Amino acid sequence: MRRGVPLAITFLVGVFMLVAFFVPHYRVSAWAEELNQWGTIVIAASILLGVGNLVRVHFHKLRRRGEGWFYSLVTLAAMTVMIAFGGPWGTIEEGSTFNWLFLNVQVPLQSTMFSLLAFFIASAAYRAFRLRSAEASLLLVAAIIVMLGRVPVGQWLTRGLPEPLTLPWLTETIMAYPNMAAFRGILMGAALGVMAMGLRVILGIERSYLGGEG
Amino acid sequence: MDQRIRGTAWLIASCFLLLTTHALAADAGGVGLEVTVESAPVDSLPPGPVGDLSARDYVDNSDAGDKILVSWTPSPDDGAGAGDVVSYLIFRSETAGELGDTLATVLAGETRYVDGSAVPGVGYFYSVCAFDGTNRSTIASCGPAVGRTNFFQPERAAVLALMLVFFALVLTFTKLAQRGAELFVRRIPGLNAIEEAVGRATEMGRPVLYVPGIGEIDNIMTIASLTILSHVAKITAKYETPLIVPTARSVVMSAAEEVVKEAYAEAGRPDAYNPDNIRYLSDAQFAFAGAVNGIMLREKPAANLYLGAFWAESLLLAETGFEAGAIQVAGTAMVSQLPFFVTACDFTLMGEELYAASAYLSREPKLLGSLKGSDWMKVISIAIMALGIIMNLAGVRAFVEWFHTR
Repeated sequence: MRRGVPLAITFLVGVFMLVAFFVPHYRVSAWAEELNQWGTIVIAASILLGVGNLVRVHFHKLRRRGEGWFYSLVTLAAMTVMIAFGGPWGTIEEGSTFNWLFLNVQVPLQSTMFSLLAFFIASAAYRAFRLRSAEASLLLVAAIIVMLGRVPVGQWLTRGLPEPLTLPWLTETIMAYPNMAAFRGILMGAALGVMAMGLRVILGIERSYLGGEG
Repeated sequence: MDQRIRGTAWLIASCFLLLTTHALAADAGGVGLEVTVESAPVDSLPPGPVGDLSARDYVDNSDAGDKILVSWTPSPDDGAGAGDVVSYLIFRSETAGELGDTLATVLAGETRYVDGSAVPGVGYFYSVCAFDGTNRSTIASCGPAVGRTNFFQPERAAVLALMLVFFALVLTFTKLAQRGAELFVRRIPGLNAIEEAVGRATEMGRPVLYVPGIGEIDNIMTIASLTILSHVAKITAKYETPLIVPTARSVVMSAAEEVVKEAYAEAGRPDAYNPDNIRYLSDAQFAFAGAVNGIMLREKPAANLYLGAFWAESLLLAETGFEAGAIQVAGTAMVSQLPFFVTACDFTLMGEELYAASAYLSREPKLLGSLKGSDWMKVISIAIMALGIIMNLAGVRAFVEWFHTR
């Protein structure tokens, strides 16, 4: 019963959504849209589970003074402040304290985190392009051509040469043929994997995502 | 080896020097761009009429029978000839021979218009003329076209056919596997490495970090990740190694709790399950990345497993894990993130390998059957592509057109 009901719901909804993809009748698409909205509502309501987990985990850590308990204190305090200001005075309304805190604290913090990516890309690229083997050398040469071919200096360096020798042309050729071929190969394999996985889930063959034996 | 490396470096440097010299010389020689400005042609004659005008019932994804597709071939003066067509005027009438009211005006270059205001079951006559800003072309007419509510999307017939073939293959191989047929599955080093990584964490007395991506539970990569999590949780339960699962979605957190708890119970270690290790961190992408990086640096997991749907945070996580010295296994079907994982992780499951994991790890015949089905579908896809190329070269477009879907 504990497994049977979720599996039956998965089967029925899965088959219906599959049929809805091929049946364009407006009533069928309306039901499919309705089901999608149910999914959105269930997911939105589940945020309470997340908040409950967050409070429990950090409260436990604070109580036993675990390593990094101060961060737990900051997390809980920040969450309390945001809920306190968001509840009575609104969230996304312009001029609300919640909105001000969001725009002036959370957004800059997230932007800072995202900006770190530039440095991480540089360090990862350094490791990937090191001349360790024939494959790495090939990668390095391809990377130099593509990087130079995408900036004005690359165009300037090879201007006047026959087109197949210019860096922009070589860049486009590398991106359009070997790169795209590999990209599509992986994408097609993944698409078939998605279909196989979807079929296994709909038919109840794959059930370890519900917990327990697959 | 050193000589080869030095040789390649010299070669690159020489090429760069040569190109710079060439570019400077070209500049000195005055190689430049020439820009020619031509005045636009002036034409006082009416443009040529549109050709092959047709109108038919249009089937969209929510078909109430109220749409009709009007299509035509462009006027000879649209983009060619006098090149002065600026738009096409479309008229609709319920009576043959009448022009009716102007229904719409579409810009030059367009060759179709979807009339979304038709009454189902009523026949309409359509007329189209080209307009050059002053003069209209001769009017072309067609009809009647009737909008109907459809029960099948014909432009998805190819998808349906291939899907049925694929499902038939999967079910056939599943049956064969259940009857005891030996199905060969190639070795996937990334999946073999998971057990080694957990073993290493056990030896070092440090936890295992499992990140199921930031996708929602309706993302198939997240489902695939949860099936691998079940396997990993059984190993950590057996080795008594702490397993930390940070999540970015509360539903995924809830599902992960259930999966890990059940896995610990099946491994005979329900007491070792720690609910505080399945953590909801944040729905915000970079807040989540920051929090996971914090866990890596504070709790020092010896093995980091990133399996699921990842976006720009992939490299933030993998590089931090690399700096922290953890053994790392990643897997995703997000093609744009694969290069980052390949660079920063010890093993990477690419695309389909992520979906194959549950079958590979469990060796369950029913699951292995679906892997074989996928492999044969790939063979069929390659054959179809080869046939498509041959047909196109032979000038037969219908075959490739049939696969063109919406």
